[in-house]
Amino acid sequence: MSDGDEPAVSADEVRRVADLARVDLNDEEVEQFAEQFEAVLADFETLDEVPEVESEPDLVNVMRADEIEDGLTQEEALSNASETEDGYFKGPRVS
Amino acid sequence: MAELNAYITEERIDGADDGPLAGKTVAVKDNISTEGVATTCGSKMLEGYVPPYDATVVERLKDAGATINGKANMDEFGMGTTTETSHFGATLNPVDTDRVPGGSSGGSAAAVAAGEADLALGSDTGGSVRAPAAFCGVVGIKPTYGLVSRYGLVAYANSLEQIGPIAPTVEAAAGLLDVIAGSDPRDATTVDEGDDSNYAAAADGDVDGMTIGVPVELVEGADEGVVETFWDAIDELEDQGAEYVEVSMPSVEKAVAAYYVIAMSEASSNLARFDGTRYGLNAVEAGDYDDLSEAGNWNEAFATAREEGFGPEVKRRILLGTFALSAGYHDRYYGKAQDARAWIKQDFDESLDEADVLASPTMPVPPFELGEGLEDPRTMYLADANTVPVNLADLPAISVPAGEADGLPVGLQFIGPKYGEETIVRAASALE
Repeated sequence: MSDGDEPAVSADEVRRVADLARVDLNDEEVEQFAEQFEAVLADFETLDEVPEVESEPDLVNVMRADEIEDGLTQEEALSNASETEDGYFKGPRVS
Repeated sequence: MAELNAYITEERIDGADDGPLAGKTVAVKDNISTEGVATTCGSKMLEGYVPPYDATVVERLKDAGATINGKANMDEFGMGTTTETSHFGATLNPVDTDRVPGGSSGGSAAAVAAGEADLALGSDTGGSVRAPAAFCGVVGIKPTYGLVSRYGLVAYANSLEQIGPIAPTVEAAAGLLDVIAGSDPRDATTVDEGDDSNYAAAADGDVDGMTIGVPVELVEGADEGVVETFWDAIDELEDQGAEYVEVSMPSVEKAVAAYYVIAMSEASSNLARFDGTRYGLNAVEAGDYDDLSEAGNWNEAFATAREEGFGPEVKRRILLGTFALSAGYHDRYYGKAQDARAWIKQDFDESLDEADVLASPTMPVPPFELGEGLEDPRTMYLADANTVPVNLADLPAISVPAGEADGLPVGLQFIGPKYGEETIVRAASALE
């Protein structure tokens, strides 16, 4: 789908994106992804040839009255959390 | 027959005593929430997750008297075309157990094809109902965007996906769509065009005078046996009084690239919620720590849970999506993909001015052998060439068995105008 003008993807670039996405990767994954991303991003680059099209997306804001309804109970909301304390979710420390 | 591994959880959920689906079993894809019954999305991340509420479509199945007989296997978070990326192992194709059932709703289609369920629900983000329907020799419908509520569907790419029915016949698939379609106050993207529908009644096989457009770009490049079976089916429709015209859609050449940019970008945002705090694999379990205090700060703890909880295809798509949205690349990839989406919509509008319905092979290839595609993700992405344009254009499409090539099922896809479900159901029923 593309000529030789492929963006090279370095291992550092993969690590930077993985860091942004909060996904740890091992060295093997970094190497494999760098190689695979090059081919996929070369496909993405071909979008550069897409012409501009006049389009009017039929988007509308959907509004509703803010009425109180029954939702999940606190117990139900917490039922899938492995770490809770005093009826709250317990997360890792911030820094 | 070999164990197909069509289900992740086999558990019976009874519906109302009577209704249009009384006495019918329905397999529900495991990314659709079922109250009190595990919903894993085929992922280690959600192993053991038990939703405290039902998806709207599940409520509608129960109200219609259906018995849900299990949660169907799927590619992890819907990301795949083979059902091999499931954390719970691959599903086998009941037609040929050395081959994949297609994906990502492979468990749903395999269950129906093998008679393990009368009907099934899948979800279709870029072909995930139609591809497995084609590979397993059954019928699958991707409804017009907004026709079916997505409330309770675990999101992968919101702007593209719809829940859709899988069944042995066009009429049964349309009847299941009648049950699940319709507006829902819990999903603001739903429309009322599906309220009180009777799509099943359109399965009358009457294509006399119907104009069928074939986008040449969606036939070129397909496997020879698939193309032959496709044209035989078009001949059959002509014999029944349909008229065939060629149409051209140059934009579809960019559909796969545009689809993957948009789907991956939306996925990178949607799947950010899986950090192990409110549900899903926690950093303590993932990192084998004694206590949360050992897991580091929240960035470190989340990254640990996500490394362990997500499989390779999900990581690949989250990372590529994050990349496409990152500073310096957003306009070049995401912005351009939106332009391509508008272009594709325009091409469909023009083609559907010339024809009542469009037709193509659903999949350009016959079912893959197990393991064939996992090594090279890009090859897998290209197999979605004929299905993804439909999601980008928000249109309805159906895959119906068109015959066989080398003993393997070939699916034919009909694409209709917005809310043209009756037309695609009618056209598809003429091939049964």
